[in-house]
Amino acid sequence: MANEISNPLALIAELTHRCPLHCVYCSNPLELQTRANELSTEMWFRVFNEAAEAGVLQADFTGGEPLNRPDIVELVRAARSAGLYVNLITSGLPLDETKLAALVAAGLDHIQLSFQGAREETANEISGTKSHAQKLRVLDWLRQHRVAVTLNFVIHRRNIDQLAEMLAIAESSCATRIEFANVQYYGWAFANRENLLPTRAQLDQSLAFIKREQERLQGRMRIEYVVPDYYAKYPKPCMGGWGRKLMVITPSGDALPCHAAQVIPGLSFENVKARSLREIWEHSAAFQKFRGEDWMREPCRTCDRREQDFGGCRCQALLLARDAAATDPVCSLAPLRPKVDAILAGANAAPPAQLFAKPAWLYRPNPS
Amino acid sequence: MPLELNSRPRLAPGCRLGEDNRQRVLLMPERALRLNGPSLEIVERCDGKHTVQQIILELQKIYSKAQPQKVEEDILGYLALLEKDRALDFEL
Repeated sequence: MANEISNPLALIAELTHRCPLHCVYCSNPLELQTRANELSTEMWFRVFNEAAEAGVLQADFTGGEPLNRPDIVELVRAARSAGLYVNLITSGLPLDETKLAALVAAGLDHIQLSFQGAREETANEISGTKSHAQKLRVLDWLRQHRVAVTLNFVIHRRNIDQLAEMLAIAESSCATRIEFANVQYYGWAFANRENLLPTRAQLDQSLAFIKREQERLQGRMRIEYVVPDYYAKYPKPCMGGWGRKLMVITPSGDALPCHAAQVIPGLSFENVKARSLREIWEHSAAFQKFRGEDWMREPCRTCDRREQDFGGCRCQALLLARDAAATDPVCSLAPLRPKVDAILAGANAAPPAQLFAKPAWLYRPNPS
Repeated sequence: MPLELNSRPRLAPGCRLGEDNRQRVLLMPERALRLNGPSLEIVERCDGKHTVQQIILELQKIYSKAQPQKVEEDILGYLALLEKDRALDFEL
């Protein structure tokens, strides 16, 4: 593959870092943006129009909690008018029936409601707040609306044994899709990794469950399962390849090739206030840095899988190998794979009393 | 109800036609399918009014040079694919 540049297909709009939840695996950076730094309504309008012109098909509204933006209904309407498919990823907390109806009327296509567990106790522990009952209310309101509904369950050691209960919530609702996504270890999740990583026995059990349920529910509910890549043989094709499909815009307008890219030292990011989305996509140094194959070293450079997984995740390489250009250490062919194996050995060797005791979590704060 | 000749497929909530560089696409949660001639003809008829049988008959007319049996198989195959993607509801 040459370094030819394809269109971005999805725009991940991190509208705000403000959030009523304090999830211990939040993918936001450790340094959160405050409200004062957030892009204006008009600036987002421009971003949506530029995105559609650049070939983007889908806009994912996320955060933080995107509903914390008082202009959220206008933003949905503007993105839809620009021609984008609008997806809202939300905790459902700042939602009432009137707001929901307004969002759907403004053109919302798809709502992804995040859950922190199947049981109130687990969910509230993970989110650091009382949140579960409100989510079930939102799920009930959604029956009145013609909008696609996905339930997003983030999976880890303390809730991976509740998959059947989670699926039961989805089956008794109007959802047509459920995502069981194991925690990926960046940001707050990296800080809490020791208490989140499931055991191999838990993972094997979950894989058998998913396979069985995917067959049973085919045509009725799509079940997606994201495994923790520390247990994988090959790395995930992170973001579909650096600068190939996705663009993340932070609350303050920085354009990133990946949510976590700010952990990589030496990368500087362009801001949508200063340059158009297309210019940033095609020319900014950050998007060029790991695009294509020129940056790759062995074993990636000559690997048969390099067009499938693009060398894995650059941020994970930085976090585990202290080198963003290294082969993703979760790859079984990576020189640093033993480091990942040692982390897994630790999680699998600890006695259950220690593994399953309630840990001292590092909770994500809510920025002002 | 499942995919049957007398059922009426309709795009599921959150699945709709869109455009990408003047090419029609089927937009759905977390994915998009590019539509060419026949696939667009099929998706446009997934409106909750046409039965599967009617879609087959109409496309057999449009693609009258193709073997009718082959057209039917292709349509049933494509609808099964959309069903698996959870892009269709079937009504009576």
